[in-house]
Amino acid sequence: MSAPSTTRFCLRLLRRQLVLAVRRPAEMGNPLLFFAMVVALFPLGLGPAPEALAGFAPGVLWIVALLASLLTSDNVFRGDFDDGSLEQLLLAPQPLYLGVLAYIGAHWLVSGLLLSLVSPLFALMLNLPAAAIPALVCSLLLGSAVLSLVGCIGASLTVGLRRGGMLISLLVLPLYVPVLIFGSAAVQAAVDGLPVAPYLAILGAMVSLGIALAPLAVAAGLRISIDA
Amino acid sequence: MPSGAGAPLLAASDLCLVRGGRELFRDLSFDIHRGQLWQVEGANGAGKTSLMRILAGLSRYGFDGRVQRRAPLLYLGHHSAVKGLLTPRENLAWHVSGAGDWSDADIDDALARVGLCGYEDVASHTLSAGQHRRVNLARLYLCRAPLWLLDEPFTAIDRGGVGELEAVMTAHVAGGGAVVVTSHQALQVDCEVRSLRLGAGGAQ
Repeated sequence: MSAPSTTRFCLRLLRRQLVLAVRRPAEMGNPLLFFAMVVALFPLGLGPAPEALAGFAPGVLWIVALLASLLTSDNVFRGDFDDGSLEQLLLAPQPLYLGVLAYIGAHWLVSGLLLSLVSPLFALMLNLPAAAIPALVCSLLLGSAVLSLVGCIGASLTVGLRRGGMLISLLVLPLYVPVLIFGSAAVQAAVDGLPVAPYLAILGAMVSLGIALAPLAVAAGLRISIDA
Repeated sequence: MPSGAGAPLLAASDLCLVRGGRELFRDLSFDIHRGQLWQVEGANGAGKTSLMRILAGLSRYGFDGRVQRRAPLLYLGHHSAVKGLLTPRENLAWHVSGAGDWSDADIDDALARVGLCGYEDVASHTLSAGQHRRVNLARLYLCRAPLWLLDEPFTAIDRGGVGELEAVMTAHVAGGGAVVVTSHQALQVDCEVRSLRLGAGGAQ
């Protein structure tokens, strides 16, 4: 019996992660609920004037999306570390790079993608001009992929620690900064009627760089965490 | 295949491990050939699991010596690696998917052989600890890797299951494979058991 092709193995891994996520709908809904709750707090804190809210909306939406992604990234490898599945993944005769990419892809599909798709609703809550909504969705789609890639690096390094939640924020938040800058700038540009494409191109470049390099870092982080 | 023929499946040389200021073993050298059954023995805390993880390649730092692995291996550790939200069939299908393409019939057959017939489609979190272990051990019926590293495989397994497990190990060794097993109980098998004793006097 020959080993199955790597593509099939990764697709199986992706499907397994998605099945696990779908069977825990509460955990999938948590980041969305968090997003909705925090967005609802801003009018209470900043005052309900629509013009003021519209001014803050690009930054607010992006910061909340970033925190929602951070909230979920801690759990990417935790369950598999605790029950020994991660050891078996490391020992599987398949490249760990692609296996890790499947984990990251599953995380993006159940957090970043969903968040991007419901973001127009939250944009309306903050009175973001309708013209900027396509830019918001596109920038979140690209940006949240980078957030997943970087968040998984933090998750792989802290998975061996009982309480890695705080540490992962310290590790990962500085790396989120460029995504936040270009993501919110894309939305702001759309609000001001300026071209959005350059910002999206930079976010796309970050995704490409992340896909090339982040799985290597995650794989190394997992080997270290399993070894400890 | 005669015992000891050909290159070893796994060669360990001069293994030395210090944990918490205590030397667990030193100058541990052995070759594992096809057709051999090794039992690692030692008191609790003697370093059996640490040794197994070093042999499997999960521990790569923190010890001295060299391990050469020349064949695919199967490592079953303390954790069952069974996901409570997946069914036994899904769990097993996932576990073996890295090493081979197996049909649903193969998976069901392996589950039936470990006594989980009728439990294929229930969520694993409703199963007992012993049944989790059995899902894990079903891999032995599907695995083609010549070298098995089994860390305390008898944990939570009932008496009948232990007998079956010993029979599988015997068959694997007779078929040209090799098994390294840690266990506190004497193995009832029809082949020579090589003992690797970890403890105060070092390895023998």
